[in-house]
Amino acid sequence: MKTAQVVIVGGGLIGTWSAFFLAKRGFQAILIEKGVVGAQSSGVNFGNLRLQGRYPGQYPLSLRSQAIWEEIGSLIGDSCEFEKTGHLYVATNEAEQEKLEQHARVAEGHGLVIERIDRTGLRRRWPWLGEELQAATYSARDATANPRLVSPAVARAAQRLGVEIVEHACVHRVRKNGDGFTIETDTGLTVNCAAVVNAAGAWALSIAEAFGETAPMFAAGPPQFVTEPIPYRVVPSVQAVSGSVIFRQIPRGNVIFAGYPRTVADPVLNRAPVPPQKTLNGMRNLVRIAPFLKSAQVIRVWSGIEGYLPDMLPVIGESETTPGLFHAFGFCGHGFQVGPGVGAVLADLIVDGRTDTSIAPFSIKRFENDVQVSEKLAHEFDAPASPGRPE
Amino acid sequence: MSKVVIVGGGPAGIRAASVLVEAGLRPVLVDEGRRAGGQGYRAPAPNLDLDMKSLMGTEADKYSRLHALFASMRERIDYHHGTLVWGVHERALHTLADGVARTIPYDALILATGATDRIMPLPGWTLPGVFTLGGAQVILKDQGCLIGNRVVFLGSSPLLFLAALQYRKSGASVAAVVDTTPLSAKLVAMRDLMASPRTLARGVMYRTALRRAGVPLIDGATALGVHGKERVEGVRIKDGRGHERFIHCDAVAYGHGLKPETQLAELAGAHFRFDPVFRLWLPETDTDGRAGPDLYLAGDGATIGGADAAEASGALAAHALLADMGRPSPEPELARLRRQVGRLRRFQRGLARAFAWPVSQAAALPDETIACRCEAVTVGEIRAAIQTPLGPREVNRVKALTRCGMGRCQGRFCGPALQEIVSGACGEPVADVGRLRSQAPVKPIPLHAVSELEQTR
Ligand SMILES: Cc1cc2nc3c(=O)[nH]c(=O)nc-3n(C[C@H](O)[C@H](O)[C@H](O)COP(=O)(O)OP(=O)(O)OC[C@H]3O[C@@H](n4cnc5c(N)ncnc54)[C@H](O)[C@@H]3O)c2cc1C
Ligand SMILES: Cc1cc2nc3c(=O)[nH]c(=O)nc-3n(C[C@H](O)[C@H](O)[C@H](O)COP(=O)(O)OP(=O)(O)OC[C@H]3O[C@@H](n4cnc5c(N)ncnc54)[C@H](O)[C@@H]3O)c2cc1C
Repeated sequence: MKTAQVVIVGGGLIGTWSAFFLAKRGFQAILIEKGVVGAQSSGVNFGNLRLQGRYPGQYPLSLRSQAIWEEIGSLIGDSCEFEKTGHLYVATNEAEQEKLEQHARVAEGHGLVIERIDRTGLRRRWPWLGEELQAATYSARDATANPRLVSPAVARAAQRLGVEIVEHACVHRVRKNGDGFTIETDTGLTVNCAAVVNAAGAWALSIAEAFGETAPMFAAGPPQFVTEPIPYRVVPSVQAVSGSVIFRQIPRGNVIFAGYPRTVADPVLNRAPVPPQKTLNGMRNLVRIAPFLKSAQVIRVWSGIEGYLPDMLPVIGESETTPGLFHAFGFCGHGFQVGPGVGAVLADLIVDGRTDTSIAPFSIKRFENDVQVSEKLAHEFDAPASPGRPE
Repeated sequence: MSKVVIVGGGPAGIRAASVLVEAGLRPVLVDEGRRAGGQGYRAPAPNLDLDMKSLMGTEADKYSRLHALFASMRERIDYHHGTLVWGVHERALHTLADGVARTIPYDALILATGATDRIMPLPGWTLPGVFTLGGAQVILKDQGCLIGNRVVFLGSSPLLFLAALQYRKSGASVAAVVDTTPLSAKLVAMRDLMASPRTLARGVMYRTALRRAGVPLIDGATALGVHGKERVEGVRIKDGRGHERFIHCDAVAYGHGLKPETQLAELAGAHFRFDPVFRLWLPETDTDGRAGPDLYLAGDGATIGGADAAEASGALAAHALLADMGRPSPEPELARLRRQVGRLRRFQRGLARAFAWPVSQAAALPDETIACRCEAVTVGEIRAAIQTPLGPREVNRVKALTRCGMGRCQGRFCGPALQEIVSGACGEPVADVGRLRSQAPVKPIPLHAVSELEQTR
C-alpha cells in the first residue's frame, strides 16, 4: 500500500506532462501506466504542432501549450527534435480557399500571424508543389517534434522531480475512500491518494463510468506512412485543407504523410490496422500535391488508437460527480499539440482549484445533452458507424 | 470453385502448384522473381552464358527436373512473375508489378516465400565489398557476376563451402573459408546430421574439394572485423587456437545461415513461437503446413529445411489444402512426404548447431559497430537507449526509440541481431525481448504505383 497526493492513470503525453507540472509545483505524484510510457497514440502520432485551423474555443489552451513546446529543451533537458518548421495549409478550389480564409481570421483574432499566399507566390516559394494548388495560408509559429521521444523524455524529467513512474501495471479499480481515492492495479499495487487524473486515452471511459458519468467516445486512428530518406527540401508541414493529405519531411530525409479517412481501432485487442488500400490512396493524394515525390518509396505504415468524440473536442476538467477526479481524454487527433498545455492546466486545477486558461468547452457535462456533431465525423472517418457517429 | 493462390516460385511453390494442377485445380502462382526457380534453383538471365550444370554440381539433375516440372504445367496455372506481394488483408493479396498495384483475392493461400540471409553485425561489415553470402550467390547465378577477385567466405553456414566452390568454378580466387563454429560443434550435431547422410556427404565433399584446391579452411574462428579505407582490403580474425590473423581480400561473402521470410505469414494471421535451436521466431504449423484457416506454409518460409524439404513440404501443403476442401488424401504418399520432411528438417536443426549463430559475437560487438544498415544505428546507441531510465526492454520499443529496424529492410536483416543485442543489454533471455512486428508494405513500394482501377480509368 502506497500513498500519494495524486495518482495519474496513463503514461501518454497527457499523463506525463501532468506529472511533470504537478511535480514542478511540489506535488507528490505516482503515474501508473498499463504498458510502457508513450507507446500508444502519444508515441505514434504525426508529430504536428499545428496552430492554424484549430477549434476557435481551443486557442487559449493551444497557445499556452505552444509556449511550453517552445521551451521544451530548457524545461525537460531534451528538445525531442522540436523544430519551428511552419505550417502551410493548401487549397485546390475556391470553396477550400474560403475555408482557409475563415481559419485565418480566427487565428489572427488570437494573435497569430497568418500569411496569405496566392498561386504565383506558391510557385515561387515552393516550386515543387502540385499545379492544382490555388492558394495557401502559412503560419510560421507552427512546429513539429518527434513523438516517439517526447513522452519518455517528459516522464524522465518528472521522475527526476520526484514522480514515481510505475510501468506494466493496469489500473483496474478506482474507488472513493473517504475524502480521497483508492487505486488498485492488476499487479496488486494499491495506492491511496487525494486526487486522480484520468489520462487513460482511448481507455478512459471505464474510470469515468465508475463514477457515474460517460462520454460517447470511440477509438480510431488515421493511417500514417513514411518514405525512405530523400534529399531534404520540404521545411514546413504541408496540409490539404480538404483533409486528403498532410506531409512533412524530417531533416534526415524521410517524408512522413497521412490522410483521412481514419480507420476504426480496437483498444481491447490493441490493434490499429492500416488497410493496404489506404496506403495506395495516401500515396496518390500525396503525389497530387507533391509530384516531385513520385519516385520515392514507401517503407513503413502505422496508425494508433486515439479516442474521438462526436464534436471532435476532448474532455478536460474536473468530474461532475466526484470532486478530486480530473478527466483529460478523447483528444480527437490533436492532443500532441495541446498535451503540455493540458498538463499545465491540470496542475492548476489540482494545486489551485482553478485555472486562467479557458477550458469550459471541454467539460464532460456537455454530453448530458445532445452535442453538436462535427461535420468532420461524416468526412474523416470510415463507415461503418462508430458509436458516436450520426446516421 | 475456390481460388487457390500460392506465393513463391521456388521448389516449395512449384511442387505445391503441381499437386494442385494434378488434382484439376488452376492455382494462381505469384512470384517476385522474374523467372521461376526461387533461390536455390535460381535460373540465370536468359541471354547469360552460364554453365548451370557445373554450377549446380550434384544438384544439377534436381535443378533441371524442377524447371522441367514448371515448364510442363506453365499453361495450367495463372503465373504472375516479377510480382511483389506487399500486403495481405481480408483474404486478398496486394501486389505490385511494373508499377501497377493489384489485389488478388483468395479462398486459400499457400505461402512458400523462402528464406533470406541471417547476418550478425561485425565491425566494418558495411564497407563496400561486403556482401551477404546469399547475395554473393544471387549475383553469380542471376547475373553471372562475381563480388570480387579474391574473396573471403566468412560466417557460419553450410552454404559457405558451396558458394566458395561455385566462385572458384567461376574464376574467382578464394582467399579463405572462415567458419566461426568449431569442428567440435559439428561432431556434437552429428546425431541430427545423420538424418540425411547424403546431404551430409555432399557437405563433406565440398570441404574436400576446396581443401584439395588449396583453399585455406579455418574452423572455430572469431570474426574481429572487416578492414579497408574505402572498400574491403581484408578481414581480421582470431583462429581456433587464438592467433590473430589478417587475410587480404577485395570482397567478403558473409552470412550465418538463413532465416525464413515470414512477413506475409504474419500478415495472413499465422502465430509465432520462439525456436531455441534456430533462435528465431517461427510461424506455427501442423506437420502438413496448416497455419490457420485456409492458410498453409511450405518450404524455407516456414522453417529452414533446404530445397528437398521445400519440395516435399510444398506437396504436403497442397495435399492438406485439398483434404480441407474435402478431396481424398493419398495416405501412403503423405506418410512418405511427412517422413522425408521430418528427416530433412531434423537435419537442418543439426546444421543450425553445426553452423551456429554467433550469439557471443553480439555481446562482444564494440559500441561503434553499425547494427542497422538502413538507418545507420550503432550497437552503442541501442545499448545506451536501454540503459537510460525508463529505457526500452522490448525490440519494438527499441526500434521506436533508436530507429534500428525502421528503414528500408524493416528489420529483415538487423532483426535477429537486434534481438541478441537487446537480450544481452537487458540481461534477459532472447525469447523474452520480443520480435519485430511485420507490416505492409513488406518491401518498399514507389509512390507512383497506380492501382489497376486508375490505370483503366
Ligand atoms: C496516428 C496518429 C496521428 C496523430 N497525429 C497528431 C498530430 O500530428 N498532432 C497532434 O496534435 N495530435 C496528433 N494525434 C493525437 C495525439 O497523439 C493524441 O491526442 C495524444 O497522444 C493523446 O495523448 P493521451 O496521453 O491522451 O493518450 P495515449 O497516448 O493513448 O496515452 C494513454 C495511456 O494510458 C494508458 N492506460 C490506459 N488505460 C490504463 C489503465 N487502466 N491503467 C494504466 N494505464 C492505462 C495507455 O496504455 C496509454 O499509454 C495523432 C494520433 C494518432 C493516433
Ligand atoms: C540467396 C539464397 C541463396 C541460396 N542458395 C542455395 C544454393 O545454392 N543451394 C541450396 O541448396 N540452397 C540454397 N539456398 C537455400 C534455399 O532457401 C533452398 O534451397 C530453397 O530454395 C528453398 O525453397 P523455397 O521454395 O522454400 O524458397 P525459395 O526457393 O527461396 O523461393 C521463394 C520464392 O518466393 C518469392 N517471394 C518471397 N517473398 C515474396 C513476396 N513478398 N512476393 C512475391 N514473391 C515472394 C521469392 O522471390 C522466391 O522466388 C539459398 C537461399 C538463399 C536465400
